[in-house]
Amino acid sequence: MRDPEIRHPHPAPPYRALPHPLATIRAGISGFPSPAEDYVGRTLDLNERLVKRPAATFFMTVTGDSMVEFGIQDGDTLVVDRSIDARPGHIVVALVDGEVIVKRYEMIGKRPYLCSGNSQYAPIPLANLDCQVWGVVRSVIHEYAV
Amino acid sequence: MIGLVDCNNFYVSCERVFQPRLEGLPVGVMSNNDGCVIARSNELKALGVEMGTPAFELQQWVNQGRIHLLSSNYELYGDMSARVREVLEEFSAGVEPYSIDEMFVRFDGFDTATTQALARTLYRNVRQFTGIPVCVGVAPTRTLAKLANRAAKKLPEFQGVCVMHADGDDTRRLLERTALGDVWGVGRRLVERLAIQGIETAWDLRLADPKTIRRRYSVTLERTVRELQGTPCIELNDDSEPRQRIMTSRSFGRLTGELGELQDAIRQHAQRGAEKLRQQDSHARAVLVFLKTNRHRPDLPQYSPSVVVELPEPTDDSRPILAAAQQGLEVIYRRGYRFMKAGVMLLDLVDVNREQLSLLDTPEREAQRERDHKLMTTLDELNGKMGKGTVRLGVPRKNAAWHLRCAHRTPRWTTQWSELPNAQAGYKKPR
Repeated sequence: MRDPEIRHPHPAPPYRALPHPLATIRAGISGFPSPAEDYVGRTLDLNERLVKRPAATFFMTVTGDSMVEFGIQDGDTLVVDRSIDARPGHIVVALVDGEVIVKRYEMIGKRPYLCSGNSQYAPIPLANLDCQVWGVVRSVIHEYAV
Repeated sequence: MIGLVDCNNFYVSCERVFQPRLEGLPVGVMSNNDGCVIARSNELKALGVEMGTPAFELQQWVNQGRIHLLSSNYELYGDMSARVREVLEEFSAGVEPYSIDEMFVRFDGFDTATTQALARTLYRNVRQFTGIPVCVGVAPTRTLAKLANRAAKKLPEFQGVCVMHADGDDTRRLLERTALGDVWGVGRRLVERLAIQGIETAWDLRLADPKTIRRRYSVTLERTVRELQGTPCIELNDDSEPRQRIMTSRSFGRLTGELGELQDAIRQHAQRGAEKLRQQDSHARAVLVFLKTNRHRPDLPQYSPSVVVELPEPTDDSRPILAAAQQGLEVIYRRGYRFMKAGVMLLDLVDVNREQLSLLDTPEREAQRERDHKLMTTLDELNGKMGKGTVRLGVPRKNAAWHLRCAHRTPRWTTQWSELPNAQAGYKKPR
């Protein structure tokens, strides 16, 4: 586990438009637009909302039902950011026994656990477990059949 | 100062990001068309497996589960390479990809302590953000940066990061320990000739008189001497640059978003790259195409994509190289961006004379190869006599017949929605 004490050591990079520009991309006609200024009048881009650091963001498909109480269903798509250092309360993708798993990182008492959102699954104590955080889940995408 | 960030066993490391169980095991990546080893993990190197070993020679070990061989997954490698570059670009506007797994980064205007700290941050962040382990070497010149990187990789005391100054005891000790053949651009023949003069280490070469070296050997080697002394004189992309891979790129006179102009540029670069391949008797296995917007124009939307397209077989023929480059361009091109630079890189070069003939070769194919070879020689002669670009190839038709054997290719984890990695929610701790 990474050190839970360190907070935000990697501030997000300035937002750079992802490769889906739209016709109305900039309204900065008068004067010099500041790079920090939001693009005005542009159709909203979900990438901008969900992908804070593209270089470190990966998508994964969920298998299994242990996380349903956290709103993560079988077949959902996870947006995983590797640039975030895991803290208790984060939902993380972790490597345990060579498996890639998704759980919630929690402190119970003073001990760290990987917890599930399903009473069928007991919390997994991290003591004496070879576990590495792969990334932190920023959001989950659930698509309905339409 | 200039830094060189070099990814460790890049292709294998890309695979391991998504298959953690391969960590610590001997893993090799095979070319899809001719089944040769093109990348090795340290564990596979330790077993004595050389680059270019044909897969069938290793089949027994594979069957016994002793080693793991994967088909190359260039889509994945191209995407991971772009991610590494992007992380570096958060720190410096001066990032120049040197190959798919090596990037030069400018470190200008920092004192020693800051340089050291920055290099350490790059080392850590690339690893954390992308999952790819790297080594960082920083020095006043590219040639020294290469050596610093090598030291960072090979000598445990550096822990992956080596900042080297032009002078000082540390630099001297390091250069004394460096064999000439490990200096950027000093080939085997040169090593033998220099040994006769008593020049055996990088330090010996550094002490040589540049003018004498120029007279006896070449301007290129003179530049190497000066670079070892700490005077930068090798720029990327000029003809003195040593070639383990071939890059051709140029900035446009003005920013352009026109697909036609980009296609023209890519065609020129691909054709020029293929010519260089033929000059040095190499074949390439894959083509990387990249575009760049102007990072110094934050008022414009930024997009600097790259993609790798595998060639149907290792080749120096302009036509498949051109076709692959155009195909790559189509994949990454987006309207609405104004590009400053376009380029083509030829990857995974293999020496023509050492190349294994494909098992699929037939007399007909052999004859076809002869004809192709003649055509390309004629092309080069015409362009040589009558000026570069006299004979150019048109945009090739799309070649749908590019079916590759990639039986052991891992999923394209990061570039195909249908092939995303799984995260198991159903995991229970085994009792």
